[in-house]
Amino acid sequence: MTASASDDSVSPGRVFVAILLRDLTVARRELPYFLIRTALQPILFVIVFGFVLPRMGLIPSGYSTTMLPGVVALSLTLSAIQSVALPMMQDFGFTKEIEDRLLAPVPIQLVAVEKVVAGVLQGIIAALFVLPVARLIMGPIPGLSFRNVPLLLAVTILGGAAFSAMGLYLGTGIAPQQIGLMFSVIVAPMIMFGCTYYPWTGLSHVPVMKWVVLINPLVYVSEGMRAALTPGVPHMPLVLILGALVVLTVIFMALGLRAFDRRAMS
Amino acid sequence: MNAIETRGLRKIYPAPAVKKRRGAPAPATPPAGEIVAIDSLDLTVADGEFFGVLGPNGAGKTTLIGILTTRVRITAGEAFVSGANVAADPAAVRRRIGVVPQRPNPDRSLSVIENLVFHATYFGIGRAEAGRRGEQLLERLGIAEKMHAKVDQLSGGQQQRLMIARALTHDPRVVFLDEPTVGLDPQARLSLWEILRELHGQGRTIVMSTHYMEEADQLCDRLAIIDQGKLLALDTPAALKAKAPGDTLVEVTFDGDASVAAEVVQAMEGVSKAEARGPILRVFSKRGGELIPSLINAGEAHGRIVRDIQLSRPSLETLFISLTGRKLT
Repeated sequence: MTASASDDSVSPGRVFVAILLRDLTVARRELPYFLIRTALQPILFVIVFGFVLPRMGLIPSGYSTTMLPGVVALSLTLSAIQSVALPMMQDFGFTKEIEDRLLAPVPIQLVAVEKVVAGVLQGIIAALFVLPVARLIMGPIPGLSFRNVPLLLAVTILGGAAFSAMGLYLGTGIAPQQIGLMFSVIVAPMIMFGCTYYPWTGLSHVPVMKWVVLINPLVYVSEGMRAALTPGVPHMPLVLILGALVVLTVIFMALGLRAFDRRAMS
Repeated sequence: MNAIETRGLRKIYPAPAVKKRRGAPAPATPPAGEIVAIDSLDLTVADGEFFGVLGPNGAGKTTLIGILTTRVRITAGEAFVSGANVAADPAAVRRRIGVVPQRPNPDRSLSVIENLVFHATYFGIGRAEAGRRGEQLLERLGIAEKMHAKVDQLSGGQQQRLMIARALTHDPRVVFLDEPTVGLDPQARLSLWEILRELHGQGRTIVMSTHYMEEADQLCDRLAIIDQGKLLALDTPAALKAKAPGDTLVEVTFDGDASVAAEVVQAMEGVSKAEARGPILRVFSKRGGELIPSLINAGEAHGRIVRDIQLSRPSLETLFISLTGRKLT
């Protein structure tokens, strides 16, 4: 028998990093497509609502302050959810490419957790890309501040995690044929009612909606970004924002891991 | 230590859309829709053996390999690979095995060599070492010139080789191959056989499923013949062939139900076994071709006309037919 190095136990951390490096290598190669896929929509909104309409006088110019955090939140969450859900659907549905990672000598849940981490990182990249582009298009934004770094980091990481985990759940729990349905029934309403283009406190004028939108995870990321980037704009209490994001992350992670397990093992 | 050991292994796939009650005892007869893929299987494969699992499509071969490679949950019983419990310590099992899937599933976002390098790093092997091993393996498997190609540029046979190379990057003790030659042209199949012989020559345990008799006969030290999840026979190919009943299998196809002739034929001199399956009469006999006129007469006596006659020398195929009443392919 050949001398075998494979009997020494392998550190799960090391395997995790190796799998993460694979995803980052692939993501780096697909960066232009990735940015177009996830950042184009927020940027189009910025052009219309942050540039065209204010110049036509249809929207007050101060609106950009309300809108910018929402757009950043949207880029973060859209890319986080897609970065996990799309490959999951493909890998489990058609190509079975993920099999080589499911054969790694670690608990298979670690492969799912890695996908979520990769999703968070891709969400951050999308947000970092959209933020300066939006600022460029909209011009100076009154009240924009980067002073509260810890809060900005907390909202970004928690928001990314909640939506990556949601991507894991959707990607493993929904049949690939229903991917179109996922976007029109789940993602589109989430964007419109996610307090991305208006502050949650403003919904006091539509009281029913103010409470109904609380089931929308995007609301907490938008409001979190508002609290972090434009503290001058009224926003949801911080405790509620961070608390909700933690709870959502835990719930989606639990659901996602269960669905992943079902797909990975027959 | 044995490479593989299973005790009372059982796998039942639940009926679709019907929820299985958690902890409910397995009923004696499976309810409608449930599929018993593996049924009370006891197997032992010694270290260094080239072990074949032979059976028709749907026999449970892929499920068995799925269980042993930690990808299919066990319903009942136990399985050990290289001493590690498949259900309790799957990570330890995965460390010791290499898996070549039925259909190539390379990582299409990566190049050929990257497929090997990344896979090795999933096993904790450093990148430099992984690159060295990857190049060596591609060289050995004859696809070194495709090293930097995209996976999609490989032919079916080359992709299969890439899968073998990938399964070897972490130097596993046991290599599993699930019908590795399906879909390959004869040339590619023969060269794959050479590769498998070489791996076996290095002292690795090889477990291969196949529904090709010839392949099993040529390559394997021992063979398990399974059908509908059950172990029907287990021995060396030579010993199994010796167990085939009679000397020759004569298959006569009539223009109608053959059972009317079966009884008469069974009573004929030199016939060890005669059975009817629809219009086909299968006769195992030492007398071989010499029996044909009387078989035709036996049919004609009941108004049946012969459509086709086939003779097969005793082989794993005729053994399989005598065990199951069905053909392998």
